[in-house]
Amino acid sequence: MNTLALKAKAAQIRMNLLKMIHGAKTGHTGGSLSNTDILTALYYKIMTIDPADPKHPDRDRFIASKGHSVESLWCILADRGFFPKEDLDTFSRFGTKLIGHPNNKVPGIEMNTGALGHGLAISVGMALAAKRDGKGYRAFCLMGDGEQAEGSVWEAAMAGAHYKLDNLIGIVDRNRLQISGSTEDVMGLDPLEDKWASFGWNVVSLDGNDVEALVNAFAAAPEVPGKPTLIMANTVKGKGVSFAENVPHWHHHVPNDQELEQALSELTALIESYRKEEEAQ
Amino acid sequence: MANKIPNRQVICETLLELAKEDRDIMVLASDSRGSAAMAPFANAYPEQFVEVGIAEQNIVGISAGLAHSGKKPFVTSPACFLSMRSIEQIKVDVAYSATNVKLVGISGGVSYGALGMSHHSVQDLAVTRAIPGLAVLLPADRHETKRMTEALVAYEGGAYIRIGRNPVEDVYESDDYEFVIGKAVKLRDGKDITIIAAGETVRVALDAAAELEQAGVSCRVINMHTIKPLDEQAIIDAARETGRIITVEEHSIHGGLGAAVAEVVVQQAPVPMRIVGIPDEPAIAGKTSEVFEHYGISAAHLKQLALELTGA
Repeated sequence: MNTLALKAKAAQIRMNLLKMIHGAKTGHTGGSLSNTDILTALYYKIMTIDPADPKHPDRDRFIASKGHSVESLWCILADRGFFPKEDLDTFSRFGTKLIGHPNNKVPGIEMNTGALGHGLAISVGMALAAKRDGKGYRAFCLMGDGEQAEGSVWEAAMAGAHYKLDNLIGIVDRNRLQISGSTEDVMGLDPLEDKWASFGWNVVSLDGNDVEALVNAFAAAPEVPGKPTLIMANTVKGKGVSFAENVPHWHHHVPNDQELEQALSELTALIESYRKEEEAQ
Repeated sequence: MANKIPNRQVICETLLELAKEDRDIMVLASDSRGSAAMAPFANAYPEQFVEVGIAEQNIVGISAGLAHSGKKPFVTSPACFLSMRSIEQIKVDVAYSATNVKLVGISGGVSYGALGMSHHSVQDLAVTRAIPGLAVLLPADRHETKRMTEALVAYEGGAYIRIGRNPVEDVYESDDYEFVIGKAVKLRDGKDITIIAAGETVRVALDAAAELEQAGVSCRVINMHTIKPLDEQAIIDAARETGRIITVEEHSIHGGLGAAVAEVVVQQAPVPMRIVGIPDEPAIAGKTSEVFEHYGISAAHLKQLALELTGA
């Protein structure tokens, strides 16, 4: 999939997750919109995965440590064929498997997450198992920036560097907003890149809504053998929907009918612009 | 002759033996390889050993990741920290995600008697047994520790095991007996009353039963080595056949063995019951034997309670 196709895919996933959240009348809209490009790069370009064999021993592992932004992941897993797309209609409904956090009863989900600060330690274990077994798979762990306040993140960061896990890639969805407002007002994180670098990680800072930059960074890791990689993905919360971008309230705001219509029309126009760009090339 | 081998050493020796054949067995330590007696394992199998430093949340999360990748991790960390600092990782990463992690809480109960409540783990059974899908066990002596360790290597699923720090007097003559996770062991039959114990209080219960026999009271003793899944039938049988039950545990009287037994008794076979354990207070300082004596975790006190209950 080329860059334009990936961009169009990300826009389509955004449309799907908005419709899903609108239908269910619940969801973490802002964070899912901010991480969509990261997941698109991983699931359509980077990770070695097989929807027909989701537990293949040599697959790459993905852990959504910021488990609450699962809506984009559900839409991507359905689109990749891990489960039927119709299942998306059950999102958050009574008795569903597609709950508001990753659920490993669903094919394609490795571990149950949702409690923040857990995913990186799990990913360290997976990357360590690969090293000890001489296997080539990588472990990708997506964290939130608000999540960086959890001390357990830094326990795992220490271990990842200590065990020289260059098959471990941490990603921070750095959208600078959490439920109560700016991350820097709630609990200051900056200089966050320096913190990770001082913990022994190779830090790559990029535009986390630029799917091409993400693909290149993921493909290049590890740039430094023996060091885990931290991708500081500078994103926009609510990305792709003009009136939701950088608005804290959209953390778990559910679009009403009018908002949905406007959002879908913006994203449809975006996909159309990619199509024209593709044609022009 | 008094036993001089602590249970932690038995776990290490058993895992060392099994790891010869099973390269997926892993031991993790939180700066605890000495206190867990795991240094021999670390030295013999460095590729199957992981040190995480003093980071109990991390040790459980990493173990869950290892287990997810096919490893059989045994986490060895002080029970007080492992069962409290890491409880959310135990709930989510082990139980909820259904990973095959064995959590070995060392120096449990009041083993660290003089170090204060920070180092006591007398709420661990209460919190761990409330977590769905997590097995909870405590061995009575070194022989049971060996059989339990073997059973846990074969068992697929999360489990919390609590052992004490110091050698304990033998309950079994050898390790040549049937050990099944979730199946209580009737160590002594009786018809007037039953004492149900677990871990290091089993020896106390047996001593009480011997004294009761001399006083003309026939006392059954059940070793409830598995707190979860609980052998409910053994409890119902004891209630129906002996009419009275005393539980004795190295744990708070709230939420532990006594509570687990009472949940079965009141709903399925109501009989008079007494719960002996650590009261709702920071436990007094002292050696395990002194703390036990202070709180009536003793043969003399159990005998007295049994005599009161039986009216003998």
